[in-house]
Amino acid sequence: MPEEVILRVENLTKRFGGVVAVDQVSFELRRGEFLGLIGPNGSGKTTLINLITGFVKPTSGRIYYLNQDITHKPPYHIACLGVARSFQMVRAFHKLPAFKNLIVPLYSPRVRKLGGGKYGERDDMAIDLLDDFGFERDSFVPYKPAGSLPHGYLKRLDLARCMALRPDLLILDELFSGMTMSEVAATLPLIEKFNREGLTIIMVEHRLKELFRVAHRVIVLNFGKKIADGPPKEAMAQEEVQRAYLGTESEG
Amino acid sequence: MAEAIKYRKERIDRGIKARSDTIYMLSSYRELLYLLLPRILPISFLLLVPLWVGGGYWGKVIFYSCTFALLALSWDLLASVGLISLGQALFFGVGSYVAGGFNYYLKWPIFLTIPVATLGGALICTLLLIPVLRLRGVYFSMVTLILPLLFDHLIETLEILGGTHGLLSLSPFPNHWLADYIAIGAVILCLFGFRRLLHEDYGFVLRGIREDDRVVMAGGINIYWYKAQTIFLSAAVGCFAGALMTHYYQFVGRSAFALDNTILPLAGVVLGGSGNFAGSVLGTFILVPLSEALRALGGLRMALYSLILITALAILPEGLFHYFERKYHQFERLVSV
Repeated sequence: MPEEVILRVENLTKRFGGVVAVDQVSFELRRGEFLGLIGPNGSGKTTLINLITGFVKPTSGRIYYLNQDITHKPPYHIACLGVARSFQMVRAFHKLPAFKNLIVPLYSPRVRKLGGGKYGERDDMAIDLLDDFGFERDSFVPYKPAGSLPHGYLKRLDLARCMALRPDLLILDELFSGMTMSEVAATLPLIEKFNREGLTIIMVEHRLKELFRVAHRVIVLNFGKKIADGPPKEAMAQEEVQRAYLGTESEG
Repeated sequence: MAEAIKYRKERIDRGIKARSDTIYMLSSYRELLYLLLPRILPISFLLLVPLWVGGGYWGKVIFYSCTFALLALSWDLLASVGLISLGQALFFGVGSYVAGGFNYYLKWPIFLTIPVATLGGALICTLLLIPVLRLRGVYFSMVTLILPLLFDHLIETLEILGGTHGLLSLSPFPNHWLADYIAIGAVILCLFGFRRLLHEDYGFVLRGIREDDRVVMAGGINIYWYKAQTIFLSAAVGCFAGALMTHYYQFVGRSAFALDNTILPLAGVVLGGSGNFAGSVLGTFILVPLSEALRALGGLRMALYSLILITALAILPEGLFHYFERKYHQFERLVSV
């Protein structure tokens, strides 16, 4: 594929004290790809995301986004370049009405520069956007304080917040955890649609069945190291991946 | 047990049908009045009270209340981005000394020193606090608590800006009406201005920072820049209050950095309820006159003052204003079960 490289990670390492959370990870991501990032608990998936989005500073290694070095850039700078992320633990502005949660990304320099989001229009934009994520505009749901909404709604609110930033690269950290089957079934086609429309997506997920339906490629992490990289079936077939997921016989 | 309960209390929202914060449907003068009364009442109270008490001792108390209300508003604004300050005395003191210094040494007239003290003082305070913007919670509070002490000791030991004697015989206001109405105008402007600000998109960004600054960063917003802006605005209000007080008393001394200037406004905020600015003003306008009224009691004054404050907090921990606001928006009636 001749698509441009949107993200390049080179020998990225992060140590927390004696623990190596991410160990010499390198990969390239092309525009339009849908990458699954998987691995057992504690294998460094979330740390890798925090490194890419600038929330954690790497010990060594470099990160390039659209050929621009973003290794030591602050999170808000990286977000303004078009990298949106969701959070594993539900994070929202609980006291604000749900639709006001989207004011923050809509007010960012990025969205203001991209046009739209003028004074007085942002409420409507937020409600329009939330409508696409199952917050029906004529119900009370978008106007209720975020803290009073059920978990599944908060997860989708987080996704809507990411999309409000009009990202080029979307990073989802266990979006489906805690969602019901029907919520997953409603959300998955949305994400697929974004990808078809050209959005590059990195998705950390434990629900492998759902992930493999949409991901073109997966990277498997174990103890911070990249142990496999390729189309889902091939990557999962590798012996090391099987061992990481199922354990060796001696451990069993 | 059959005839146990015949009635229960029912609470009904009195609210006007509203789709969001900004869209109302008004269908009668009653509803119009319902909306306007909470705005008209405090404004007319503030505008009429100097006429009622006139000058003299209680006139001073009103002026005093206004300056503390400004400090309380400045505290509440900082709190709305999650910065808990214990340093209103820093803003107050810097404003006082900038105004006093320019007036004393350079003989600048009063209508130059006050704006210069407001903007210049705010700039000084912001620059002092920028290095600690990354600190949150109690760490930020500690720094703001220490900075006024630092200035106090610098002035004392280096004997600059009048040293322990302070700067005397500064220019007064032409008359007390002017001083009163400038202070009252500032309180009204800040009260309604800040309330409005926090309902604008900009304000929702600030409230977002208070709730979860990581989500705000993920939304592409430089939280440190917004915090710095808020500190500047908050410091400007505090410095303005200090500059007014300096010219009102025609004196500035180390007492400008005293802990009282931090604690009294904070007590007002706590009594009135934080987070909506109206509570801050209400709280200080109760506490400051109350502490003056209790002066007649001599030694027991502080004891009684503390007792009243503790009682109010025990009964209404959310603050007076939140309580009144809730009652205003709800009917209560008994309905048969």
